Amino acid sequence: MLKQYETVFIATPVLSDAQMKEAVAKYTDFIKSNGGEIVYEEDWGLKQLAYPIQHKTSGFYYLIEFKADPEFVANLEIQYKRDERILRFLTVALDKDAIAYAEHRREMKAAKKNAPVEAPAEEAKAEDVDDVTEYDVEPVDSKEE
Amino acid sequence: MAQNDNVRYLNPPTVEVRKKKYCRFKKAGIKYVDYKDPEFLKKFLNEQGKILPRRITGTSLKFQRKVAQAVKRARSLALLPYVTDLLK
Repeated sequence: MLKQYETVFIATPVLSDAQMKEAVAKYTDFIKSNGGEIVYEEDWGLKQLAYPIQHKTSGFYYLIEFKADPEFVANLEIQYKRDERILRFLTVALDKDAIAYAEHRREMKAAKKNAPVEAPAEEAKAEDVDDVTEYDVEPVDSKEE
Repeated sequence: MAQNDNVRYLNPPTVEVRKKKYCRFKKAGIKYVDYKDPEFLKKFLNEQGKILPRRITGTSLKFQRKVAQAVKRARSLALLPYVTDLLK
């Protein structure tokens, strides 16, 4: 009986794109070769960490949803632990509400991709801190005038 | 005697009408609290990144447990800080 899981891992920011792809391929292949099936994959790209892990302040996030045997998850986590490229990982079993949510989330993501006009506006909100400081400076100038 | 009945105030007495707290998950029909969305979870944290109690957010017990679980997962994935100042 396959159960649905979701796993997120953080890889070191030192990796190149090719190395990252190789790492992802390693885990997807590992899931497939152990009788699991990949439901969904999502690359979050390089993100700032909320606190340093192994003296690193950023990391590549990658999300995989998959179906597998419950015994398989322990093996997957052993693979994570042995891999020096992986800073952190989290594997979560999905219940029926979570599966419904995950499907909804996927649809929303797909809808966003189809409407690229809206996407840049949303990205602008989640911009780096540098831009915010620039905006902060401007009102001060106007007051002085 | 009659004067007591119509006591006049200079300013209308302020009677505090407290808004009834409600569980936003029950109201919005949300069934699953996602740990992958730190911006949403920040609504349930104070500036130090601590989880706010139910008596402030109004969340029902069922969802408070789920919120707590989600926040803890987000923390372990470095999506949210364990300790901080000025989160908001």
